[in-house]
Amino acid sequence: MSFKRLTKKTEFYVALILIVFCLIIQARSGQFFTPNNIVDLLRSLTIPMMFAVGEMMVLISGGVDCSFPAIASLSMYFVCTKLDGAFSNPIPYFLVAMALGLCMGAVNGFIVAKYKFPAMIVTLGASSLWIGVMQGILGSSEYPLTFPLYQLGEAKILTGTNPVTGFSSNLPVHFGFAVVLVLIGWFILNKTMLGRGIYAVGGDEVAAARAGFNVFGIRMFIFCFSGAMAGFIGVCRASMMMTVNPNNMIGMEMDVIAACVLGGVSLVGGKGSVIGAILGTALMTLVSNSLILLGIPTVWARVFTGLIIIVGTGVSAVQEKTRKNTLHVAVSDQ
Amino acid sequence: MSENIIKITGVKKYFGGVKALDGVDLVIKKGEVHCLAGENGCGKSTIINVISGFYTPDAGTIEIDGKEYTKLTTQQAIEAGVQVIYQDLSVFPNLTVRENLAITMEKSSGRKFVSKKRFDEIAHKALSTIDFKVDLDEYVENLTVADKQLIAISRALLYDAKLIIMDEPTTAITQKEVKNLFEVIRGLQKKGISVLFVSHKLDEVFEIADHFTIFRSGHNVYSGPTKELNQALFTHYMTGRDIEEEPFVYEKKDGAKTVLEVKNLSLKDGYKDCSFSLRAGEILGITGLLGSGRTELAETIFGVHKADSGQIILDGKEVQFKNVQEAMANGIGYVPPERNVMGLFMDQSISDNISVTRWGDCRKGPMMDQNAIDSLVDHWVGELSIKIGNTADTMRTLSGGNAQKCVLAKWLALDLKVLILNGPTVGVDIGAKYDIYNLTKKLAESGLAVIIISDDIREVLLNCNRVLIMRRGHLVDERMTKDLDEETLSKLSVEY
Amino acid sequence: MSKETTAKKPLEMILDNSSARMVALFVVVFIACSLLQGKNFLSPDNFLAMFRQFPEYGLLAIGIGMALIIGGIDLSAVYLANLSSIVAGLFVLRFYHGDGEGGTGIVLASFVVALLIGAIGGILNGVLISGLGIPAMLATLGTQSLFWGFGVVLTGGSTLSGFPKVLGNMINMKFGLFPITIVIFAAAAVITAIIVQKTKLGREMKMYGTNNRATVYSGLNNFKIVVCTHMFSGMLAALSGIIMWGRYSSAKADTGATYTMQAILIAVLGGVSPLGGSGSVTGIVLAVLIIQMLSSLLNMYTFIPNACRQIVWGGLLLVVMIVNYYLDQSKKKRH
Repeated sequence: MSFKRLTKKTEFYVALILIVFCLIIQARSGQFFTPNNIVDLLRSLTIPMMFAVGEMMVLISGGVDCSFPAIASLSMYFVCTKLDGAFSNPIPYFLVAMALGLCMGAVNGFIVAKYKFPAMIVTLGASSLWIGVMQGILGSSEYPLTFPLYQLGEAKILTGTNPVTGFSSNLPVHFGFAVVLVLIGWFILNKTMLGRGIYAVGGDEVAAARAGFNVFGIRMFIFCFSGAMAGFIGVCRASMMMTVNPNNMIGMEMDVIAACVLGGVSLVGGKGSVIGAILGTALMTLVSNSLILLGIPTVWARVFTGLIIIVGTGVSAVQEKTRKNTLHVAVSDQ
Repeated sequence: MSENIIKITGVKKYFGGVKALDGVDLVIKKGEVHCLAGENGCGKSTIINVISGFYTPDAGTIEIDGKEYTKLTTQQAIEAGVQVIYQDLSVFPNLTVRENLAITMEKSSGRKFVSKKRFDEIAHKALSTIDFKVDLDEYVENLTVADKQLIAISRALLYDAKLIIMDEPTTAITQKEVKNLFEVIRGLQKKGISVLFVSHKLDEVFEIADHFTIFRSGHNVYSGPTKELNQALFTHYMTGRDIEEEPFVYEKKDGAKTVLEVKNLSLKDGYKDCSFSLRAGEILGITGLLGSGRTELAETIFGVHKADSGQIILDGKEVQFKNVQEAMANGIGYVPPERNVMGLFMDQSISDNISVTRWGDCRKGPMMDQNAIDSLVDHWVGELSIKIGNTADTMRTLSGGNAQKCVLAKWLALDLKVLILNGPTVGVDIGAKYDIYNLTKKLAESGLAVIIISDDIREVLLNCNRVLIMRRGHLVDERMTKDLDEETLSKLSVEY
Repeated sequence: MSKETTAKKPLEMILDNSSARMVALFVVVFIACSLLQGKNFLSPDNFLAMFRQFPEYGLLAIGIGMALIIGGIDLSAVYLANLSSIVAGLFVLRFYHGDGEGGTGIVLASFVVALLIGAIGGILNGVLISGLGIPAMLATLGTQSLFWGFGVVLTGGSTLSGFPKVLGNMINMKFGLFPITIVIFAAAAVITAIIVQKTKLGREMKMYGTNNRATVYSGLNNFKIVVCTHMFSGMLAALSGIIMWGRYSSAKADTGATYTMQAILIAVLGGVSPLGGSGSVTGIVLAVLIIQMLSSLLNMYTFIPNACRQIVWGGLLLVVMIVNYYLDQSKKKRH
């Protein structure tokens, strides 16, 4: 890919901003490029990054999913409380949670694909439904984590220690899961016809149907996939935090959607890349995690999140507007 | 084995109350280049979508290569060897040229995975069929209309198809590219592949087609070999009118002043150095290929785009419209080309659609004056004889012709100096079409200056006293229509 | 119109007209509540409690409904309501030095301040959506964070209190059986209904919600439509903020966080098309009443946990949309 084409991509600019931001933090605090800070950042990137990959696929197809934190919380809370001690191995917990998530995703997918209702309203409704089921029927109190998952939570890939302060942070094994999930997402989108179909449906639904793509099937797949992933991520989160908290994922959907759009994923469908979604997520995480390093009081955190969403999406909105207003007549020179 | 590649009998398709197809037949033999002709809104596009499996007909049978299908899907149609070049091109704006060319092919051959190498091979092969050069990595949304059309054509030709349907494939491409396409079609014909060719360009269809089927208002009116048809007969079948239409004659009245003058107007990637003038009472035609800059020029006058340089002089005063509101306030009206997308609010009432431009005047204090709106709407519904149930019904209940009349009514309700009609009769049935023609002439006679932008050569000759020809962003020629015939204008309007 | 359609059966007439549908649903829910919990439900105390509860989220629902009518959404309304009351609260605390008595003038002035903040916040939403072209969902998501964040910054993350008694007295005032809040709600609903149904802006909103390209080609001013709609919706949010502030005599940045979802549900239940272009204030008001009755009914069964309401809201939203879909389909078929 030529450099000129690269500069046309949103991802390029997000990466640039990210680098500049890192350098600013380093210059102001001298604490950015320390092993423990980097590990901390990667650690807090783990969960949002996985969510972003699922959300990005939904967005590319022209939909949106606001219900994945609810699906993740409910499937996680169900397997951790109802199946506590049922298995000695962490894998069945993941599988059951994924199956539950898949079913809930299928409900979204069916309603969106069959009735063509706006996905945002449908998934907001579904979100309320699943949260209600969890808090109203299963309860909403914290619960001790089942042993196999607790053990998994203790597993780490590496430890980063700050040579000056002596503080150290662990990179949990879940970061490895996240990397695998990202690769799967990338593979589906770029290397399978299904993935091309997702882009096709998001670009022009009628043209996709005429080309022989099963639009209903593709929409169903995306929501099922997003649901199953949510189930997986929910269990990951519990095991990473080493406790079963039913409420601390709720509200993440908006930050994840914003992160995707920040990374160049179009809210009207058809455009976006895995790398963009991850860069967007990284930028959001970096901003909210590094305010302290910059000496900004934490009460300002939300204001900064808001500003970054508005500025980031504003820039891509203005770009999109310019692109739409660009004419395409081949004017001859005569 | 059947000698017919396709046999359609008694197909009906209704949209709401509108009978798009009311029992049509169509038979195409193997190795035949078959022309489907008919005026705008006769049901051509509908039958194409039926053959491709995109629409399910309400009645009738479809037989492809001897096999009857009860419920044809798009995938089945593709598998049976039907390929379509849709009028709207059906390309993916968000994908690259390479992907656009390869994706349908790979999908129909049942591939599950993407291979860049195979995509590349398919793309190169596709482009070589019509000798078309384009950057494979470019996104299709950044291409010109002509390039998009060439992509749609080359994509369809790639297939081992048995029937290739081409719906207006030449609206944007140059004469040289048309020649290439025709060579390919003749090559296909030799291999026994059939082509269903739809075009409003008479010289083209008479050159390439062996057989004609003509539709009018959702019915068959003619089917027979090309040699049995001449231009007069053809026109007769198309329009169903025996009386020769009276072409518009502009009589320069004393004191008919120049209303609009455009001087050296230029806009990047739109048009360059365009100058023309328009008198009150004139109907000026602008014709040229799609993507020649004609729409961009018109929309600049209407305040949608801002020109980079040059002048627009309205009634002797130079004007620069910042937006549509200003153009409107200065008496400029515009009927846009895509009626459903730019002209109408489909889910709102007929009344609101007609009165929207006049709401500022229909008020009692801060509130809307419904009585004033009702009488305004009733007046225009009567004046244009728009056939409606109730003014409170939604726009969706109307046929294309009546809907287009509503767009017109919206502008006529204002006191206009210049009215620009861009493709005024696309998707309009015959009755409404001649109503619109007569109305336009009447308006011009009462002193309005009218511009008609159209592909339809007959439409331009019948309604305009003068015609400008636009090519690659330039106004290249200007003729008086009384000195022109269809063939000459048709030749003038294409590019070489 | 053909003759069959004018001579419709009464049931079909109710089902075909979304307002009639709402009235019918209202009656059904009212009767069901009366049958199930007659003694408690029909008591004056219950009515008073219901009247006190719904205006705050009812106003938010009307505001969000307006955003939905222009084909957008407003996720920031709840936090704008809180920010308005926080700024108004700080205004009172700055200029009021009594010991809980007096301060009527300052409190009334602070209401104006709150409405002003609401209007400014709304204008910001409108400018981001129409000026920059950010999709409504993201623009209001960003401002949600921003309003919330400013609320946190201004209060330092805690709850503002220590307001003069007159604030609480004013908001909790009663006219016979009717609390003042319901009068405010009714007045706001009537004004909004007039704007949406009777004025040029209201018609333009629906046109914009149906097709915002055709509005450009019809000479309407898209920027003005969007900014005015959001400004008005922001002022409704501020009004809701004032009511919450007065009811609890305190203000904080994240009061009523669940109201966003509830307000969207109410608007859609009330017949506002989630695709934009149609909806009526009457429908939204009826939906507010229906939701309040259901909510009170659920409250009467003490064994049902509070969180179960969320199941009802979410489930109802999906079911209502699907039922509306089938009713519209059968209506289209008959015509």
